[in-house]
Amino acid sequence: MDGIFLQQLVNGLTLGAVYGLIAIGYTMVYGVIGMINFAHGEVYMISAYLCAISLAVLGFFGLDSFPLLMLFTLVFTLTVTGVYGWVIERIAYRPLRHSTRLAPLISAIGISLILQNYVQLSQGARQQGVPTLLEGAFRFSIGDDFLQISYTKIFILLAAFVGMAVLTYIIQYTRLGRMCRATQQDRKMAQILGINTDRVISLVFVIGATMAALAGVLITLNYGTFDFYAGFIIGVKAFTAAVLGGIGSLPGAMLGGLILGLSEAQFSSMVNTDYKDVFSFSLLVLILIFRPQGLLGRPQVVKV
Amino acid sequence: MKALLMRYWPYWSGPVRDAGFAGLMALILFGPVVGVVLKGYDFELHPSRVALLVGIVILGRLLLSLALQTARGKVWLQRFELGRDQGVQVVPAHQKSLWRWVLPLIILAALILPFYANKYLLTVVILGLIYVLLGLGLNIVVGLAGLLDLGYVAFYAIGAYGLALGYEHLGLGFWTMLPLAAVLAAVAGAILGFPVLRMHGDYLAIVTLGFGEIIRLVLNNWLSFTGGPNGLSAPSPTLLGLEFGRRAKDGGTPFHEFFGLTYDPNYKFIFIYLVLLLVVLLVLYVKQRLVRMPIGRAWEALREDEIACRSMGLNHVLVKLSAFMLGASTAGLAGVFFATYQGFVNPTSFTFFESALILAIVVLGGMGSTLGVVIAAFVLTVAPELLRSFADYRVLLFGVLMVLMMIWRPRGLIRVSRRGVVPPVAQGAA
Repeated sequence: MDGIFLQQLVNGLTLGAVYGLIAIGYTMVYGVIGMINFAHGEVYMISAYLCAISLAVLGFFGLDSFPLLMLFTLVFTLTVTGVYGWVIERIAYRPLRHSTRLAPLISAIGISLILQNYVQLSQGARQQGVPTLLEGAFRFSIGDDFLQISYTKIFILLAAFVGMAVLTYIIQYTRLGRMCRATQQDRKMAQILGINTDRVISLVFVIGATMAALAGVLITLNYGTFDFYAGFIIGVKAFTAAVLGGIGSLPGAMLGGLILGLSEAQFSSMVNTDYKDVFSFSLLVLILIFRPQGLLGRPQVVKV
Repeated sequence: MKALLMRYWPYWSGPVRDAGFAGLMALILFGPVVGVVLKGYDFELHPSRVALLVGIVILGRLLLSLALQTARGKVWLQRFELGRDQGVQVVPAHQKSLWRWVLPLIILAALILPFYANKYLLTVVILGLIYVLLGLGLNIVVGLAGLLDLGYVAFYAIGAYGLALGYEHLGLGFWTMLPLAAVLAAVAGAILGFPVLRMHGDYLAIVTLGFGEIIRLVLNNWLSFTGGPNGLSAPSPTLLGLEFGRRAKDGGTPFHEFFGLTYDPNYKFIFIYLVLLLVVLLVLYVKQRLVRMPIGRAWEALREDEIACRSMGLNHVLVKLSAFMLGASTAGLAGVFFATYQGFVNPTSFTFFESALILAIVVLGGMGSTLGVVIAAFVLTVAPELLRSFADYRVLLFGVLMVLMMIWRPRGLIRVSRRGVVPPVAQGAA
């Protein structure tokens, strides 16, 4: 074990945790209504902007304690992004519930273009950034190399873990979660049993968007820069993570995210950084060819 | 005024509540993103923009809700619900189509056009025709076979880079590469499509999206082979070996000297235009025939119900693959024309936005409708040239267009019409 490998392990873990958070949005929406929400990456991108806006405004009022900054930023970003998720479902997907199979996909592409261009027009095309909020790092020496784990990375891992734990609790143990799972299993039956499935679908979009918003805040803290095009690549990667873990499966999304993050970090240190996106996309194609149901998913059976 | 408001309050209360809610949502959505513009780590407030947007949303929602309450609005809503899924329009078997007269006139006009057009108009029309070709190709894939291909631009790139690379490394010219690029793109389509097409349709969308991005990244990063972001130069077409430049390379005779004409840089574009027009007409003809053949019927049947088709014994992979490859090869052709028209190629021409633009053409033109696609291609490529001031809003408009079209008319503005068939026996009896 050399230092570079361990360093990439840490980097990959943080990256993977964030991919997992975004993948949750894809996997839950797919589980409930069986469509790929292409606009999900853009929701993540919006949340990165919201995070920077919130930090800028809070900074203007002279707030500089990290916990308070984070608290306000997370509440603000998660709420507004959740509203984005809700509105997108309401406008672009709900009217198409009984339309052709292709219609919601194309509508999602449309929403994705709208959000990109809307942010570009209102915020400008240049790259945006946030200041480093948490300085400092733990350092360990291993042989000749040393391993560095910044406080930001630890915060990301913790926050991602808490986010996933809260979500798992909601889905597994609350009435709300039971409604979600029932709708996912059999929408018609759930409706007959008195569950307002339209509301559950809306809720799933809101949950997906808030998880993407959490990821957006965390990634923005880590890398510091983003632009209006940032959602595209990350969206496809998170989708890869969702497929890798088995689309429709919540633990699968988290596992898939971690595996993708780890393997991507190792690939970029051992082989080539320029081609790390190519690596992820190729991985996606390979999974779809050899194990389309993913690691934890069940094979799809189509019935008439 | 107040009395009037109170008296009709039952009619107002719903719309007012709707409008208020829509306004609140708009405030939450637009408030931070539009109202607070980041300037480095600092920000600038733009409250008037937010007020304008929220005002538009409130007013729009109020008017919509009120309009839907009137008798006419209710009828309209009902018709909207019913008419959303209109299928094919069947034309009586013996009705003589007006197209018999209009089509030759259009072709004639298209043939005469380049000799009277200036260079600007010519380049715009060439670009329009390239997108017609792309739209037709994607229309086979998305419109007829119902396979959402989001990386269509990759095949376009294969055609364009095929010409540039073939010229640079193998010394192949326009005429050799034109068929070769179509074959290359089709092979790439087969390699990509064969494993993916066996699976659930939605996966195809994301795999093709990934494939398009892989191709672009490779083109961008493989400096020694593709020239990276700087791109490569592409050769001009030749007419039986005659070049269109002022002076021919390697001591040949340029076109204008051979025919004793004065040199005009437009000759090159006129030539590209005419060849392109012929290819477009050929593709149109082939597509028109294919739709009536068993394979075309199989595409459409598969789009409507895959399980039914498979139970009737259709090999769904082969049927899909044929559509996918045909679409890819059309994009390859378009790529060669694009490269030779521009004179160089670089990765910026092959972003996801191009795929989305071509998809918008197909969506607007109508799934499977040929005429619709031709018109939409010209509208979406030529209109931005004319309305330069709207250039910034182009992508936004495409997005809005896609969403509205899917909600309002998922099968496109122009309904597909198909000639009815009268069996020979019945004909004799009548």
